Amino acid sequence: MHEKTIAELSAALAKGECSSVELTQHFLKRIETLDGGLNSFVTVTAEQALAQAKAADDRRARGEAGPLTGVPMAQKDIFCTDGVRTTCGSKMLDNFIAPYDATVVERFKAEGCPMLGKTNMDEFAMGSSNETSFHGPVKNPWDTARVPGGSSGGSAAAVAARLTPSATGTDTGGSIRQPAALCGITGLKPTYGRVSRWGMIAFASSLDQGGPMAATAEDCALLANVMSGFDPRDSTSIERPEEDFTARLNEPLKDLRIGLPREFFGEGLDAGVAKAIEEAIEQYRKLGAEVKEVGLPNSGLSVPAYYVVAPAECSSNLARFDGVRYGYRCENPKDLMDLYTRSRGEGFGAEVKRRIMVGTYALSAGYFDAYYLKAQKIRRLIADDFARAFEEVDVILGPTSPSTAFKLGEKTDDPVTMYLSDIYTIAVNLAGLPGMSIPAGFSDGLPVGLQLIGNYFDEARLLGVAHQYQSVTDWHRRIPEGFA
Amino acid sequence: MSLSHDDVRKIAHLARLAVSDADVDAYARSLSSILDFVEQMEAVKTDHVAPMAHPQDTAQRLRDDVVSEADQRERFQSIAPAVEAGLYLVPKVIE
Repeated sequence: MHEKTIAELSAALAKGECSSVELTQHFLKRIETLDGGLNSFVTVTAEQALAQAKAADDRRARGEAGPLTGVPMAQKDIFCTDGVRTTCGSKMLDNFIAPYDATVVERFKAEGCPMLGKTNMDEFAMGSSNETSFHGPVKNPWDTARVPGGSSGGSAAAVAARLTPSATGTDTGGSIRQPAALCGITGLKPTYGRVSRWGMIAFASSLDQGGPMAATAEDCALLANVMSGFDPRDSTSIERPEEDFTARLNEPLKDLRIGLPREFFGEGLDAGVAKAIEEAIEQYRKLGAEVKEVGLPNSGLSVPAYYVVAPAECSSNLARFDGVRYGYRCENPKDLMDLYTRSRGEGFGAEVKRRIMVGTYALSAGYFDAYYLKAQKIRRLIADDFARAFEEVDVILGPTSPSTAFKLGEKTDDPVTMYLSDIYTIAVNLAGLPGMSIPAGFSDGLPVGLQLIGNYFDEARLLGVAHQYQSVTDWHRRIPEGFA
Repeated sequence: MSLSHDDVRKIAHLARLAVSDADVDAYARSLSSILDFVEQMEAVKTDHVAPMAHPQDTAQRLRDDVVSEADQRERFQSIAPAVEAGLYLVPKVIE
């Protein structure tokens, strides 16, 4: 059952070929037997999942099932879940049980999708390898000596190993797309504002965006239909009519204009990744697309600008963790300052503290113009680059990550080396555009991810462009050895 | 950009983070390397560029000034490290 896509599982449930309880039991069993070597789940909610599955079956029997009712899924541990602990990969929140559900969680509950559990992640979503998690690193199911990417590494590894048909992720600088690429699955980062941030623990509020991770683009479209929509509780939620993201899946690609940003194919791109991407481009040509080069001249500045904007916003957002109202509190504080500084010093890991300090410095008196304001101006230049490119092309295509999955520990010594893992994904967050990663082959046995970037609100087309490729390739069907 | 140990201690204080003396040197080096990296931004002239705070140039939504949340004080305080009589407890602030 686990080799089926969500679309297939949904059809099987509708035909009565299996029940939600059977499906949920099957995936829980897989988590129990196979996750030991991966560490992709932080919390498994078996009892609750089975109760939700039973309720989904009852609902189907009453004729009230929605498209995904009864299809189990997993939530990244950044989404607050009422009554189930939400750690955000941090010691700071290791004991935190949210008193409410995130909007995304609420929406999946309303659809009747049993939640199998909460997936591991980089601490507060700050990382590109899942090695900053308080719960220990996640292993890549294609090679357990390698990282799954991050920060949504647990979600990506769990989907790749088919421990769950889907999982949610969040993407601030590539945290859905990069792990999707490194684990050989499909992930969608929607336009900023599509998916509610309410109850999604904040890292960098002007960049954070939730999205689906699954085997195929069609599955991501089905999940996006559940996840996205206006939410008055999120002040930056976009007020637009609900949209069917599956609407353009079958649209032919004839005359589609694809842009290849020359900056994404230069120095630093691994040869094996480049070869797989070239082959994918050839495939798109065969599907009738017109391919041309475009320029994103300021994209090289996206990583430096991001490492001002994101830490600045993080230093502000993470000020709420003070050891007073919830989360970790140090032992025997001698005064209030000691309570704050030790609770935070002991509760946060090294990378989170680094980013809080970079952000604090960038925002401190006398430095604002040189750092934050400068970064915001570069952000404008990057967004303008994309706007110009989209005057000439419909979608932009390139690699998601400069390399395939790297070895555990390979990049942990130098933060800047790690930051450059997101060199092709970060510009998309700065501009607020939708982006995807889809499996596009292998290099030395490791998955390669192809990135597709669309114009604002153009997810339906983007998903169609991905689906057409997946209709003539089978990379998205590959399951790592030992997990088949 | 090279941060001194004192710079790190000052930033840590502003961020309300306890950093042990043993870690100050490592933070000074890693924060300096991040700031060096970020300085690439200076290569671009941005005098006449409007800063972009946010992907959408939309105005903040307003809502009616009415109570919209139910009182859940007990639930919220049930996850606090220390509470008493409906209040959050912290070390004594005023002598």
